[in-house]
Amino acid sequence: MSEPVAALPQRGGLSPRKKQRISRGIQYAILIVIVVVVALLADWPAIINSFLNVEVAGETLPTLFTVALRNTVIYTVTAYVVGFVVGMVLALMRLSSVAPYRWIAAVYIEIFRGLPALVVLLMIASLPLAFPWLQIPGGVYGQAALGLGAVSSAYLAETFRGGIQAVPKGQMEAARSLGMPYMRAMVSIVIPQALRIVIPPLTNQLVFLFKDSSLVLFLGVTAAQVELAKFGNDVASTFANPTPLIVTGATYLLLTIPLGYLSRRMEARQ
Amino acid sequence: MNHAVEIRGLHKSFGSNKVLKGIDLSVEPGQVVCVIGPSGSGKSTLLRCVNLLEQPTSGKVFVGGVELTDEDVDIDAARRGVGMVFQQFNLFGHLTVLRNITIAQERVLKRRRPECERIARHNLERVGLTEKADSYPAQLSGGQQQRVAIARALAMDPSLMLFDEPTSALDPELVGDVLTVMRKLAEDGMTMLVVTHEMAFAREVADRVVFMDDGMVVEDGPPSQVIANPKHQRTRSFLSRVLNPTHVD
Repeated sequence: MSEPVAALPQRGGLSPRKKQRISRGIQYAILIVIVVVVALLADWPAIINSFLNVEVAGETLPTLFTVALRNTVIYTVTAYVVGFVVGMVLALMRLSSVAPYRWIAAVYIEIFRGLPALVVLLMIASLPLAFPWLQIPGGVYGQAALGLGAVSSAYLAETFRGGIQAVPKGQMEAARSLGMPYMRAMVSIVIPQALRIVIPPLTNQLVFLFKDSSLVLFLGVTAAQVELAKFGNDVASTFANPTPLIVTGATYLLLTIPLGYLSRRMEARQ
Repeated sequence: MNHAVEIRGLHKSFGSNKVLKGIDLSVEPGQVVCVIGPSGSGKSTLLRCVNLLEQPTSGKVFVGGVELTDEDVDIDAARRGVGMVFQQFNLFGHLTVLRNITIAQERVLKRRRPECERIARHNLERVGLTEKADSYPAQLSGGQQQRVAIARALAMDPSLMLFDEPTSALDPELVGDVLTVMRKLAEDGMTMLVVTHEMAFAREVADRVVFMDDGMVVEDGPPSQVIANPKHQRTRSFLSRVLNPTHVD
């Protein structure tokens, strides 16, 4: 014989629900104390002067947008185009019936996924040292597109491969049964459906690239080639004030947050 | 006159698994041949060997007198004349019904867009779905999708249609619409090779019924013989299981 005693109100102690309520009250109290202490102790004029200095922020305009953001977008978009095209070719090679194509693509992907983007960029930039006859067209622009594109192509190749494999086999069979050659069926039927599946990772890769375009500063850029991160750093040194870094940071977020939002929207729609 | 389909000594293995063990079969122009048999007997593989979606291990396949198993044949060109309807419909999910039917006409047969659309609408009418031209496959019922798939195959003007269990994935109340379309197609004189479990359809529409078991053709003849009066024990036991599924020996 056992009585259900557990649920009975316990004399002397607090019930779990009351304990929970008290615990939550304490957590709020701690938070409020910390906020108040920080607000009182912080040297607000100094902080505002260093990080939110309106005059210094004004000095970044209009170059922030006309040169720095513009270059960041150019580096990002060109590298993305290279990564997209090369990545798609690599994905098709990975799925090829010719074994050496599969091996070459696999080795390429392993190498460029494993190397830091910066190392790849610097290697591309120093290629002319090894091959004096080699001139990468477009200077820094070409080097950035190639270097960053090489890295993202490795990631995009795996994304595309996953997308293509996620399209049911019957789609290819139906297209072939209508007389379409393999490549035509791939381009008209399989790849469009694969791309829909991989829209979210494609957007993520664009965001990564947008941020990684800051690595171009290591290639040694002129004032006309400067992108957001280096631009912010340069202006900050000139005025010995870090506000421009906050401004450029905000400029990155201005694009990455809507992109992330867009990606989630498209993901939710599927 | 050439056979519409002629299969000689066809073998197909997947690794060590022998699925087809020497099939000889021919279909005459205008004939409707239904292939029946237990699952795993190789019916679908046989059908998929006819348009070389599966590469035969050995043996020869002729369609309209052309040997498809010949290394030198243009398989893409040969497949144009052979329509195929799949169990899972396999409509192109990213395209509208109309585009599903026009894309191969345009890309493969190089027809002009207005002509493609005219032919597409004509074939949609044949399957009774004119009003669905602008829908996407996901908006259609299974039976409607399968009828669109039939229209898509017909738009290529095939001389032979292959049906791979076209009603097996459908809800029972949708089977009739698809079978009606197929019956009409048979009456129009289309040459058809149909893998099916629909015994009533086979009995009423087929000119010949082929019973397959364990990778071989066991019995081949008019439905009045193979279904109504089978000679072989294996055919009899299969039919008794299919026709009286709740019967206990």
